[in-house]
Amino acid sequence: MRSRTPPVPRAWAEAKPASSAHARLLLRSAAWLEAQAPKVFLLPAVALVVALSIVPLFVSLYLSLARLQFVPGGFVLQFVGVANYTKLLVGIERPHFLGVLQPPSVPGWIAGGLAGAVLLAFLARSASRVGAGAFVGRCAFSLVCGLCVWLGMHALSPGGQPGTLLTTLVYVFVGIPVQYGLGLLLAYLCAQDLRGRRFFRVVFLLPMMITPVGIAYTFRILMDLGKGPFAPIWRALGLSEVSWANDPWGARLAVMIGDVWQWTPFMFVVLLAAIESQPEDLLEAALVDGASRWQAFWTITWPQILPVSSTAVLIRLIEAFKIVDLPNVLTNGGPGTATESLTLHAYMAWRTLDIGGSAAVAYMLLFVVTFVTVSYVQLVHRRIVEER
Amino acid sequence: MRTWIRSFVALWVGVVLVLPAMAPAGTNLPFEGVTVNVLTFTGPQIAEPLQRRGPEFGRRTGARINVVTVPFSDLYQKMLTDMATRTNSFHAFVFAPQWMADFVPAGYLEDLTERVQRDRALQWEDIAPFFRNFSATYGGRIYTIPLDGDFQMVYYRSDILRRVGLTPPETWEDYLKIARALNRQDLNGDGTPDFGSCIAKKRAAQSYWMFWSIAASFLQSQGTQQGSFFDLETMKPLTNNEAFAEALRIYLETGQYGPPDELNWDVGDSRSAFVTGRCALTLDWGDIGTLAIDPKTSRVKDKVGAVILPGTRRVLDRKTGRLADCTPSLCPYAVRGINHAPYAAFGGWSGAINRAAPPRVKDAAYAFLSYMSQPAQSNVDVTIGITGFNPYRISQFRNIQLWVKAGMSEAAARNYLGAIERSLRSPNMVLDLRIPQNQRYQQIVLDTALAKFLARQQTVPQTMKEITDGWEAITNELGRAKQRRAYLESLSIRR
Repeated sequence: MRSRTPPVPRAWAEAKPASSAHARLLLRSAAWLEAQAPKVFLLPAVALVVALSIVPLFVSLYLSLARLQFVPGGFVLQFVGVANYTKLLVGIERPHFLGVLQPPSVPGWIAGGLAGAVLLAFLARSASRVGAGAFVGRCAFSLVCGLCVWLGMHALSPGGQPGTLLTTLVYVFVGIPVQYGLGLLLAYLCAQDLRGRRFFRVVFLLPMMITPVGIAYTFRILMDLGKGPFAPIWRALGLSEVSWANDPWGARLAVMIGDVWQWTPFMFVVLLAAIESQPEDLLEAALVDGASRWQAFWTITWPQILPVSSTAVLIRLIEAFKIVDLPNVLTNGGPGTATESLTLHAYMAWRTLDIGGSAAVAYMLLFVVTFVTVSYVQLVHRRIVEER
Repeated sequence: MRTWIRSFVALWVGVVLVLPAMAPAGTNLPFEGVTVNVLTFTGPQIAEPLQRRGPEFGRRTGARINVVTVPFSDLYQKMLTDMATRTNSFHAFVFAPQWMADFVPAGYLEDLTERVQRDRALQWEDIAPFFRNFSATYGGRIYTIPLDGDFQMVYYRSDILRRVGLTPPETWEDYLKIARALNRQDLNGDGTPDFGSCIAKKRAAQSYWMFWSIAASFLQSQGTQQGSFFDLETMKPLTNNEAFAEALRIYLETGQYGPPDELNWDVGDSRSAFVTGRCALTLDWGDIGTLAIDPKTSRVKDKVGAVILPGTRRVLDRKTGRLADCTPSLCPYAVRGINHAPYAAFGGWSGAINRAAPPRVKDAAYAFLSYMSQPAQSNVDVTIGITGFNPYRISQFRNIQLWVKAGMSEAAARNYLGAIERSLRSPNMVLDLRIPQNQRYQQIVLDTALAKFLARQQTVPQTMKEITDGWEAITNELGRAKQRRAYLESLSIRR
């Protein structure tokens, strides 16, 4: 068995102090200091993480269970239990958070039934393939997905309206595949031996470097059909009297276009690096053997860039849930609350000093992001990386 | 070379000795070295006169006026968090006097009563009593200096109405009729069709006041003390009844005769559209009157008329909760059977001082606010459209020459001031909500529900239910009895 006592510096050990007791004390002190060194070096970083991440997390948890009240000379936080969460899920904030729910239409039932069948098939398949712990996890995943499907069926039916939760999920699950698809296409093109590709690489990266507020203002001007730079074109097409801002889905689409424009470069740059780092001899061999461009991409390039793709999607997944600047500047969350994301919902509540309500929305967002990312890592990302 | 060095040294010594002598005698200035941070909303209106007059005041007193601006929707929160967290980075505020209901009981604002009483240059008695009592006073003490007077009115294109043989709207149905008739007509001769009605309807801005201007005449018919927001006995909101539904219907219908992206229009957009001749009608505060005479932007000079807010022949009968025809007992102040309820929306921008500011800074801040409100300055500022300041002094209503000098024709000035005065003198004037956390009632619950309604995200009944439930939740949270007491007090102010 190895001794856990750290080695004593040689120079110290060879020293000959006046008394042996003194020397032993010195050696012991040195050994103790040596043993503590890793902790001491780590302490500032740990203290920073605790102070800047863990403490605010608990403070905001407490805030979500409290109500801010102003009293002479300051304010007090009154503990209200889960009242702020109740308000969101079953109280007056429910239409805002979950949406206006109506009985599903026939297409809604069909879509919901299909989604339910897929989830059941997934569970049945999992039951025979994974262990008990993983199966419980997949049951939880299916349950939450089922609830989301139920919410979508009711909020998207005639007379219903999606709340900030569903709107955020739409931004994430529609926006990211589009960003990935466009980013992959552009990266693949820029990886070819084409003229001017260096120029286009820089151009494609530009949107990511612009401040989101600037992008939102730019899109606000571009999308003004009556006064914007494209106004003559819209007028010629007879569309100058049409406003996307008055239509909830038109406004959501405008927000998503802005988001796609801003974040496609991120996918582009990551995927370009992945494509360019694949071994060329494999590709050349395939082409010499008569493979088409598509076959070469599908059988060689695609499997090789899959782990990087998955990581890029994971990063965007976490980031996309926090979308706030585009809907805030572009539409102010409107028309109505149609383009409000969860973060904007929290910000709107905070702006009126409903700090508890704001913290409750932020915690709901944290639960959603954690659930989605953990599910993604468990079901997709880990499998892709391990298969490699 | 040596001569050159000697000359340079001599010049340098000369500059060092002469410069202090040339500097202004700073010791004569009362607020030399004092910086006053003033918080208000992003302009250009309201911030513009403060930014323009600040350096002018600085040259006279030595004080440095630093005007900080934030979007209107952030102003309340910015003020409250600054004072509640004792950051106290702002020394003075130019804000909505309604919010005194939150700031004064918490002890955040300086009591200005004694200062005002000592200040002869301010000419306090010249300020119209309504603004002295609603915008400046809380619980019998003065906390703000009024800089602006606010009433909403309807503006119309007098030349167009004359040309097509229509008269200015007296009721909201008249408003819709005129808007319908003039919509898609070329109103400014540029060959493109224009709009019958332009109303700022943007969310998280100032649009909820526009809606209440329509709703007020349906909800209040028995004089100012009746109030338009809550039932006086139960403190239940008056937002779920036939009258409110009718106001929502009218508000929605105005959009049919407005610009396609009206839901994204703030007051800046509707004002700009009206003064460039793109709208036949608009609903706004007094700003349009002065913006219309601005030679730089206006294409409608002397082509604009103003009227007291249109009224209605059917009002809410609070006993039955139904919409009922006006009778002498139901609408005692009706004119020719029409119940007008001019809405003192917002009350007028007013200046207050942070109680926690250092004493010398408070003195400088008070001197600046007083300077802004004194007739020498305010009588000029209220005639300039960009300032956002509207008349609030008696002398400003009486002195027609002030307006003629600013570029208004005498007839236009009489029409404009007449509409404001008629609103001010109405016994059925509607007071804005001034109870604790009124900002949550209006700027959050009402504003959000209206935005969803305009976007057709919800129906009339859903909208009324959302507003009613939201207001009830706030009232229950803050205490019904306490809120009712504050509401009754706010309605009994002396005008």
